[in-house]
Amino acid sequence: MRGFILRRLGVFFLVVWLASTVNFALPRLAPVNPIRQRLLQAVSQGGAAKTDMEAVVAYYEAKFGLDQPLWKQYLNYMWDMARLDFGVSIANFPARAIEIILRGLPWTLAFLTVAVLISFALGTLLGALIAWPRAPRFLQFLVAPLLTLSAIPYYLLGLVLVFLFAFTWRIFPLGGGYDLSEMPELSLSFVASAVRHSVLPALSIILSALGSWALGMRGMMVTTLGEDYIALAEAKGLKGSEVFLRYALRNALLPQITSLALSMGTVAAGSVVVEVVFGYPGVGTILYQAIQNFDYFVIYGVVMMIILSISAVTFLIDVLYPLLDPRISYERK
Amino acid sequence: MAAWLAGAISPLRRNPQLVTGLVIILILVIMGPVGMLLVDPKGAKVGTAIPDLPPSAEYPLGTDTHGRNLLPVMLLGTPQTIKIGLLSGAIGLGVGIILGFVAGYVGGVVDNIIKGAADVLLTVPGLLLLVVIAITVKGTVTVNMMAVVVSILAWMWPTRTIRSQVLTLREREFVRMAKLGGMKGPEIIVQELVPNLLPYLASSFVGAVASGILASIGLEALGLGPQNEPTLGMTIFWALRYTAVLRGLWWWWGPPIVIIVLTFMGLFLISAGLDQIANPRLRRLT
Repeated sequence: MRGFILRRLGVFFLVVWLASTVNFALPRLAPVNPIRQRLLQAVSQGGAAKTDMEAVVAYYEAKFGLDQPLWKQYLNYMWDMARLDFGVSIANFPARAIEIILRGLPWTLAFLTVAVLISFALGTLLGALIAWPRAPRFLQFLVAPLLTLSAIPYYLLGLVLVFLFAFTWRIFPLGGGYDLSEMPELSLSFVASAVRHSVLPALSIILSALGSWALGMRGMMVTTLGEDYIALAEAKGLKGSEVFLRYALRNALLPQITSLALSMGTVAAGSVVVEVVFGYPGVGTILYQAIQNFDYFVIYGVVMMIILSISAVTFLIDVLYPLLDPRISYERK
Repeated sequence: MAAWLAGAISPLRRNPQLVTGLVIILILVIMGPVGMLLVDPKGAKVGTAIPDLPPSAEYPLGTDTHGRNLLPVMLLGTPQTIKIGLLSGAIGLGVGIILGFVAGYVGGVVDNIIKGAADVLLTVPGLLLLVVIAITVKGTVTVNMMAVVVSILAWMWPTRTIRSQVLTLREREFVRMAKLGGMKGPEIIVQELVPNLLPYLASSFVGAVASGILASIGLEALGLGPQNEPTLGMTIFWALRYTAVLRGLWWWWGPPIVIIVLTFMGLFLISAGLDQIANPRLRRLT
């Protein structure tokens, strides 16, 4: 077990190292280093921040300039990454990129965790029920609409939801993270306002992810229900609910958890665009604004932070997996 | 000839999913060139119509804030978006075939590296890596460049599927017979393995096309697409940029969403149909 955790930890660091190396290498492989170009452009635009920007350029040149050998630039870069120092925001100088990102990260993490957990739990249960012969018949008719919903990318479903529930029927707010009259603090009214603003973005992820979870679970459940131990459990006269929960559901659940770990990256990427649609104050919106301003340090920083978070989550799921399935041991043969 | 045709059609008749999917995609692809005969493609350019008009007899899908006639924009954009998908799917499948066969056939360290790389990349939020690439190679992006950028992350599923299939096929009797018969590695791959894998290859291709389209629309919605060419994703980007939803301009973002959903449903049906050919046991489930 310890060997497995260590190996899995190795993979985690490998991913983070590779991602930061890509971030380092790409601008330097381009014919014209876009970061340097953008910084020089910021200086030439002048204005009040001119002298500040000149300081940034001087700092950047000292660390990553052509007079520095490549390996030294690389070590400098890696050292910065290890301390989560992504540099300064070019568009919102003198704010540091990490400060801007940390402002959005709690929003994104909270919103994403809740949305993924709800869609996973609901979808899995629904899929199990659809395959269960003694469940109500009407559940069968859910398959087609669920399939249709899962064919829509999250953010496009989000657009439709805003139009219906916010623009036309005015049940939920049009966008943003909380009412502007609220102060961002831990008060009841602020939390209520934040939750109200998160319903539609979360719903767009839940509705469209529900289908794939349900269909995956249905397939696994059909296979599991054909197993001999289910027949035996029924023959023993166990209650239907007990066979369903303890014999069928539990065994069919395991591959679902593997796909949960595999899908985290896709979900995170999709939610970035969902945030843009809703103007939700998370890292997705920060990324969008940074792209419009060619704010390179913030862009690379957001990407690194999301990759870091997702890698940590998949690491956790993989390490906790043996607890759910005692048959699996990660000892090397 | 008639008998041959009947032979080719009869598996299709037993596979309504595949047929429906193919018909949907075909209609979407043909729609553009056929529609161009009836509608002036110049209307897709900025400033050729009065802005923000709802659908009418003159502008069946209305116009956007830039003064584009949205009907020709859709007719021109749909094939472009599908083209991005097909190109990136082809590249992804090509790379997947090579890596999958090498990994499955050579095995050992090579297999570990290829499988490890695919697994690791699958868990990374791909769209974000593409954002980093697209923002770094900025400048005028073309539809073909989009396809290449998107294909960078389209090879993992094909590689995994093909690798695992090669692993099981490798041990089968007919492959052993071919070896005994004196066939060389590449010959065995081309003559014995590939024909058996065709349904899997087709299904991986469809999957890669879908993920390519999805990634390209995501990139475009973030503003990293071809600014000068009408695609479905760019239409979504402009609609978001000019807050079309809050201004009630549903005809701006509605049609691209409908077309995108139809595209994904068509691709999904095709791949489900192909899965049934590849794995007859699935028929029991549906």
